[in-house]
Amino acid sequence: MDQDRIRNFSIIAHIDHGKSTLADRILEITETLTSRQMREQVLDTMELERERGITIKAQAVRVAWKGHQLNLIDTPGHVDFTYEVSRSLQACEGALLVVDAAQGIEAQTLANAYLAIENDLEIVPVLNKIDLPQADPEGTAAEVSDLLGGAAADALRISAKTGAGVADVLDAIVERVPAPAGAPDAPPRALIFDSSYDQYRGVIAFVRVVDGSFRTREGLRAMALGTEFEAEELGFLSPTRQPIDELVAGEVGYVITGLKDVSRLRVGDTLTAKRRPAAQPLPGYKDVKPMVFAGLFPTDSDDYPELRDALERLKLNDAALFYEPETSNALGFGFRCGFLGLLHMEIVRERLEREFDLDLLVTAPNVAYQVETRAGETVEVHNPAEMPRELERVEEPYIRASIIVPKDYVGAIMELNNERRGRFDHMEYLSEERVHLTYELPLAEVVLDYYDQLKSRTKGYASFDYDLSGFQEGELVRVDVLVGGEPVDALSLIIHRDSAYARGKALVERLKEEIPRQYFDVAIQAAIGSRVIARETVKAKRKDVLAKCYGGDITRKRKLIEKQKAGKKRMKQVGAVEVPQEAFLAVLNLGDGKR
Amino acid sequence: MIRHLYVHLPFCAHRCGYCDFVTALGRSEQHGAYVDALLAELELERPVLAAELDTIFLGGGTPTFTAPAELDRLLRALPSAEEVTVEANPETVTAELAALLHAAGVNRVSLGAQSFQPHLLDVLERRASPESVRRAFYRLRDAGFDNISLDLIYGIPGQSAADLARDLSDALELQPEHLSCYELEAKPGTRFTHTFGDDLARQAEAMEGYFEQVVATLTAAGYRWYETANFCRRVEDDAAGRDLRARHNLAYWLGRDYLGLGIGAVSTIGDERRRNAPRLAAYLAALARGERPVREVEELEDGVRRRERLLLGLRLDEPVPIAGVGAALDPVALARLEQLGLAERRGAALALTDRGRFVGGAVTADLLA
Repeated sequence: MDQDRIRNFSIIAHIDHGKSTLADRILEITETLTSRQMREQVLDTMELERERGITIKAQAVRVAWKGHQLNLIDTPGHVDFTYEVSRSLQACEGALLVVDAAQGIEAQTLANAYLAIENDLEIVPVLNKIDLPQADPEGTAAEVSDLLGGAAADALRISAKTGAGVADVLDAIVERVPAPAGAPDAPPRALIFDSSYDQYRGVIAFVRVVDGSFRTREGLRAMALGTEFEAEELGFLSPTRQPIDELVAGEVGYVITGLKDVSRLRVGDTLTAKRRPAAQPLPGYKDVKPMVFAGLFPTDSDDYPELRDALERLKLNDAALFYEPETSNALGFGFRCGFLGLLHMEIVRERLEREFDLDLLVTAPNVAYQVETRAGETVEVHNPAEMPRELERVEEPYIRASIIVPKDYVGAIMELNNERRGRFDHMEYLSEERVHLTYELPLAEVVLDYYDQLKSRTKGYASFDYDLSGFQEGELVRVDVLVGGEPVDALSLIIHRDSAYARGKALVERLKEEIPRQYFDVAIQAAIGSRVIARETVKAKRKDVLAKCYGGDITRKRKLIEKQKAGKKRMKQVGAVEVPQEAFLAVLNLGDGKR
Repeated sequence: MIRHLYVHLPFCAHRCGYCDFVTALGRSEQHGAYVDALLAELELERPVLAAELDTIFLGGGTPTFTAPAELDRLLRALPSAEEVTVEANPETVTAELAALLHAAGVNRVSLGAQSFQPHLLDVLERRASPESVRRAFYRLRDAGFDNISLDLIYGIPGQSAADLARDLSDALELQPEHLSCYELEAKPGTRFTHTFGDDLARQAEAMEGYFEQVVATLTAAGYRWYETANFCRRVEDDAAGRDLRARHNLAYWLGRDYLGLGIGAVSTIGDERRRNAPRLAAYLAALARGERPVREVEELEDGVRRRERLLLGLRLDEPVPIAGVGAALDPVALARLEQLGLAERRGAALALTDRGRFVGGAVTADLLA
């Protein structure tokens, strides 16, 4: 189609502000789907996505409206997937910024709006949920116009739920969003903004053609990774796959690559044709690196092969997931996994448990550290147990946190951020009632229950978003936990020197409660290097005998002993000490909930 | 042929709060019918019994609460045995009863003293006073009993270490041939646990050393700690040079076959363990019809008796021959426990060290393959 009649746009919104409902309504109004075919939120296909009401994998749907081809590029709605969001936005010329008129602007509204501005998109503000009695379209419109600098009247007022105003949204896309401006005759270039894996057809790339055109069956190359393959099929989604012979400049569609390995094609890379290769890739490709790491261990060691297979399968659809085998003296065989962020970790964990029916033990998450050793080498450390004890300096990742709260909670937020080594950056009033705060925080302080704390200290009113701001040196130490003199690798942690003592104390106290008494005294210690910073002792048991064997009722006695035996069999051995698995769980949970 | 007979006499004047044995309150009108039923059951099982038994044990309940005439009739109808033990509660031991038991062939009495401290007897809901415990003991001696065992309970709510020391010295003063000292078990669901569970939990740490205190005191007084909870005067200290271990209980601990009669009674015969149903009326009715009582039968699969011989045998101070328990034993665990000084091999046999015996339950659980 002629580029003049193409409009490529995304919908961006804070969670629950109605992005998916609006997408559904657009499909319905444009008769892409009849209402009979309509499932709610068709674009969110995975079970988890539907349940959490968020989009994890972006997709692109083509709809027709008044002689125009509109491509709706769905974006993941969460900070962990910022890179994917920004690639999706790069494939568009415009974005609908959906704001819940009853809630106003939230942290992700800002983050997404800034991303859209960075990508030079035309932003069409949409105030949703105006049918709700508590909606405040005027107030929200004022916040939006402060944010975007336009007139408050520019914001469309709709109800995605009832469909009111949705046609106006489509008209606004045609009128306000610029047509694509690529060079149809230049060497072909297409941006890969998403990919998925089909069991039968291999890797499917979702692309936005910028220049030139692509044809079925021609040889293609991914420019950053150098991967070459044949375009087995080209097409677009509407919302199911519709094969076509050609994708031309300005269009959005999919390419079936036949590749069996997702790691050979990365989001952000540029496709070109071998027959007429482009000289320069499109800007912006970067290798996304996992920033949050945790050990995943099967509760039952027999499930290790199942866990390995499950991770392999998840990885097919999730190139950002990293894993490598890890052996822990306490937890046995498992995997050290790397995630983009906490939500990503939660999603992977839940999918493993739900879709693959695995029972998992997850260690306290930690971040990636840049460590300079005494020998002058720089290494990246993903696992506290691998942190060299002798080191020159450690750098840890920092984030720029953006928090929006009602003004009454500013004190609570400041207190929390101080506890978490946060550095205040900026504060502004969005309205009389609501304040936008920005802080710089170590990511490590955020991965441990920060979000829960934020919510509980603000009665759920705070919204939070962040982006990585780079590495900074920190006064970090490695704390080891020793049981009976043996370090328990799974419990090692890296922590700021100032918190080491309190944290070490809490750990050993908790562990003391959980380790049953043994035949000998068991020392439980927290140590920095060889210096013990906290110690508890589980005293040896002095008696353990069964009582009277009454009237020859030996069976009961045997069963008691066998029960005791079964209990011992479930224990993990740390040196000479028998530790129940629940003990590790309890201590690991210490990092999850209480602090 | 079976050489060990257990007879259960369930009647009691009162059910003590901590008790979870099969008991029946009062019912004096049924004592005669119950003895009839016991004897009928004995006749049904007679074919498996040896003509001459090693041991008979009358347990309860309170065997000595049974109407004296019925108790006498029962004792006289039982086969003869080398050791005949009756459990007795102090408050039931009159001079007449003591004489009756002795005349009927009983040669060993296990006296349920439990404690000599009035406040502790109250907690246990025992009806005896310290004086009645002593009186009962001397009445038994006067009637000619030269083998008396005292039962003590320790770990009673409110019992201090000094209380326990007093109980032990009061018991030793009577110079019994044998002592059984059990820690009070607060079994879940009993009235006792409901009332005292919290107290016991609070005192648990303070009471941890009581078992050691019992063993230290009694062994210092010259008693042999021959089973986890049982102590007897040594052969060399007995004028007649007798082995004063409880032979009937020893039969359990050594894994011998035994026959049990009465409600709730357990028998182990070959690869079968049977447990009579605990209901009195059904028991009486079945035997009145000349039928066996309803009972649970447990097939003891291959290896189970070997495991039992190990777990029971390790309660004794004499080593367990490894040949008899072989496959039930985990050699890796044994090596580790030997290293920790908790178990030891003595020639071709296995025993726990003194330290090992204090934690014998856990050690045994480790040793079982």
